[in-house]
Formats: sequence, structure tokens, C-alpha cells
Amino acid sequence: MKITLNNRNENFDNKTLTVSQLLEIKNFTFKMIVVKINDKLVKKEFYETTFINNNDNVNVIHLISGG
Amino acid sequence: MIEAIKNILKTKTIGIAGAGGLGSNCAVSLARVNVVNLIIADFDVIEESNLNRQYYFYDQIGEKKVSSLKKNIENINPNVKVKAVDIKLNPTNIIELFQNCDVIIEAFDKAEMKQMIIETVLEKMPDKILIVGVGMAGWGNNNTLKTEKTDNLYICGDQITEVSDNEPALAPRVGIVANMLANQALEILL
Repeated sequence: MKITLNNRNENFDNKTLTVSQLLEIKNFTFKMIVVKINDKLVKKEFYETTFINNNDNVNVIHLISGG
Repeated sequence: MIEAIKNILKTKTIGIAGAGGLGSNCAVSLARVNVVNLIIADFDVIEESNLNRQYYFYDQIGEKKVSSLKKNIENINPNVKVKAVDIKLNPTNIIELFQNCDVIIEAFDKAEMKQMIIETVLEKMPDKILIVGVGMAGWGNNNTLKTEKTDNLYICGDQITEVSDNEPALAPRVGIVANMLANQALEILL
């Protein structure tokens, strides 16, 4: 499948991926993140059960301290 | 032109979550351009170490940030009505406090608080515009500071540099991002 991840095109052999699988493949191990699929928030407790599909627009925002 | 801008901005309300480096400088900028309704929430007290970037004065050390910021803002522009709220923000009181704001500005220092407010606003108030500051530690690298927008969420900062002993939060970069937050709010409101 083909998705947009943080404004870049990405291709995966899988037909679908859970959010958890995507984070693992991309090595997004950072603790503090916010995930949006097609501009809709996916909360942490739903990472295992939410699927990303072909043509989805995914944003993974890494939050870091400072202010 | 300046009068027209002031007349628009005096009808707007901006909520600011946090009165540290981002929040205090952002609030002062907005007050200078006559955003007269500001709701500012913070629970912290001014420490000497804050004065390297936050809009407070030496004789205010030990005072509550929100009450000192209200005073400093009223000394700059007496038209501004600051609602200073001495509270630690959480998913419940964020909604109560900011539900009538035109724009919410995230100005926390800790990553987990940034995550909390983004999740709260996106989930519970999805139509609300939220501007956040992410990544402003150290010095130099002017050109890495940028703004990214996805739907109603705007992220200002480099999204990379985290505050540490080697890369402290300092007035110039924190002040730039604080003003990026204010500037983005103006772009949305005007």
C-alpha cells in the first residue's frame, strides 16, 4: 500500500498495517507522540486496533520538551 | 490600517496554556497588538532561573506567574483584560477554560503536557484551532524554525531540539517561537 506519512510518500508491502506496526517499522520508538490518520486523532490505547489503509494520510508528531 | 486591525483583535479571545518562556512572551506580543481578551493558565511560581527567557522581572521572583504576567501586560496595554487562572491544566479544565476562545495556544514546557493538550483539543474540541510550540532548544539555527499545519493544528518550532544541559532553553529561540505562535494566531484571526 501507498500512504503519506508526515507529508512524504511511503510504500509498504503490506495491504494494511496497524498504527503499532507502522510505528515499529518506522522505528518511531519515541514515547511522546500524537498520531493522526486523515486528520483524525488516534489515541494511544487504539494503536493496536486501528488500521492504516491505502492512500491514508498519516501524521506522527513527536513532542519534545522546551518552552 | 492599524486601527482596523486593533478593532478586529479587540473582539477576539485567545487562550494561552502556560506562562513560561513561550506563554509569557507570546501573551505580551498579543497584548501589544490589542488582543484584549487573554485567558492565561499556569500554576507555577517565578524562579530566578526563569529570567533567562521569561517575561518577568527580578523583583517578581517568588510571585505566581499568572498574576505577575497580568500586571506586566496591564503596564504595557491597560486595555487588555487578562483572565489569569492559577491552575494546573488537565483534560477537564482545558475544555471548561478555553471553550469560548477563538484560538488556543499551547505554551507548556514538558512534552507530556504538550501531548495532553493536543489529544484533548483534537478529541474533545476538534473544531478549535490549536497552535503549539515544539523544538526550540539551544541557540543559532534560525532557519530550522518553521510552522507546519495539519487541519486545525499548527506546530511552530524545529520539532527536533529538546531542552537539556547542553542545549538549554534560551531567550532568543524561545522568544522567536513564542512570537511565531502569536504571529500564527494573528494570521488566523485577521
